[in-house]
Amino acid sequence: MTASNTQGAIDAVWRIEAPRLIAGLTRIVRDVGLAEDLAQDALVAALEQWPESGVPDNPGAWLMATAKHRAIDRLRRNERLARKHEDLGRGLLAEQRIAAAGSEGVDTDNGGTDLLRLLFLACHPVLSSEARVALTLRLLGGLTTEEIARAFLVAEPTVAQRIVRAKRTLAEARVPFEVPAGDALAARLSSVLEVIYLIFNEGYSATTGDEWMRPGLCEDALRLGRMLAELSPREPEVHGLAALMEIQASRLRARVGPSGEPILLLDQDRSRWDHLLIRRGLAALERAETLGGALGPYALQAAIAACHARARAPAETDWPRMAALYDALAQLAPSPVVELNRAVAVGMAFGPAAGLELVDALRADPSLKTYHLLPSVRGDLLAKLGRSDEARAEFEHAASLTQNARERELLLERAAACARGGAAKA
Amino acid sequence: MRFLMYSLDKADATSAPPTPELLAELGAFTEEMKRTGVLLATGGLAPTGTRLRNAGGKVTVTDGPFTEAKELTGGFALIEAKSKDEAVEWGRRFRKIVGDGESIIQEVFGG
Repeated sequence: MTASNTQGAIDAVWRIEAPRLIAGLTRIVRDVGLAEDLAQDALVAALEQWPESGVPDNPGAWLMATAKHRAIDRLRRNERLARKHEDLGRGLLAEQRIAAAGSEGVDTDNGGTDLLRLLFLACHPVLSSEARVALTLRLLGGLTTEEIARAFLVAEPTVAQRIVRAKRTLAEARVPFEVPAGDALAARLSSVLEVIYLIFNEGYSATTGDEWMRPGLCEDALRLGRMLAELSPREPEVHGLAALMEIQASRLRARVGPSGEPILLLDQDRSRWDHLLIRRGLAALERAETLGGALGPYALQAAIAACHARARAPAETDWPRMAALYDALAQLAPSPVVELNRAVAVGMAFGPAAGLELVDALRADPSLKTYHLLPSVRGDLLAKLGRSDEARAEFEHAASLTQNARERELLLERAAACARGGAAKA
Repeated sequence: MRFLMYSLDKADATSAPPTPELLAELGAFTEEMKRTGVLLATGGLAPTGTRLRNAGGKVTVTDGPFTEAKELTGGFALIEAKSKDEAVEWGRRFRKIVGDGESIIQEVFGG
């Protein structure tokens, strides 16, 4: 095996093993910062030894054993430095714990429990959402600091700082390494789901940079979501989020034109949708539904996405169902944007006048003041009602609000079509 | 990146059916791939296939086994990995479990 071959193999092993290695070590040493340092030590040892010796048969177990040796070395060194009776006693206990953990064999992460604990730790509400995202990608996604920095277009030292500070915060807050139980679970789980969806969304419609999408981040989020669905199979919203991401990701290829321009959902070539992901998404949604209870916000959004996914052509979309789902979502998680989407669905299902009524109720909402989709949707409904002059004004207003050149072109075209007097469709 | 993994073997080299131990190990391996979030789809394959060949506009259909050629055997896995190296690492683990033989990993485009 050549050196570059081994390097690639080590990278691959790290990507697969790092999360459960860090999870298993955190359980043993009770400090995620130390656990990550130990895992890094083991990685350095692998980089030194594997090019010579080859990749071991069970690389995960090798890394774990190496990390534990480092843990004991560090403990002994610290003891020599401290030399206090009290510390000695504690050190011996810790050493016994590490040694005992050595007999657990290959299953470094406790059948996935440690991995789940690590995910809850990384997404703890005591951290800022930026810190949660960085820590989750780093500890659970197996991404390097450099990869995270590149994905979010921030400087590498900024991400490194964020991660260091996050680990310190967790230590200071003495956040226990556990899966929360009882009432605490719902709130903590929703933080985990939010972090994964944040990562997905940053990939799906990037808030910064030249690219409209960064599919790599979508893949990272999907991987985390699929992992969570395996680790926490009894939670409906876990499957709801997985379903939502699978179905949205199924459109990644169709969402962008040959020169990078965005293509809106109803204009997409549906034969380019990824039907494997759609099938996976629908299966996950079904799991969420069969687990019982009312659908949560993620499962509802997945059910809405599924209405599009099931329709072979835009005209086959089940708009009344979509309107009902938006209605449920608006009651569960009210927001002006959800309300605007509901108006679109209602307009499609029950005619433009019904949609317009809902949109008009939103016109005074300050949070939508500069949101170009409000006048854009209103213009569309007005055009369908044959009120061309008003429609033109709305499209022009929308064009002045959007930041996206391609979208501006499209809106100005529609405004021009209205000026020509037709209730034209774009 | 998406990869298809499958195994190739001589159709006449049909070995003994898998032992319960092997099946258990393979089951655990599949679980592990799911838990890591890489496994998109997997399935088993019938021992032999049917070959379709077009020669000069005439399509002939032949049922296997084809003693002269290697055939897809066992099953397949469609995985989503970060890199080819990662896909190869999963393949390596699979081969360690199932023993002697040959597997192929190919990147899947479009789909």
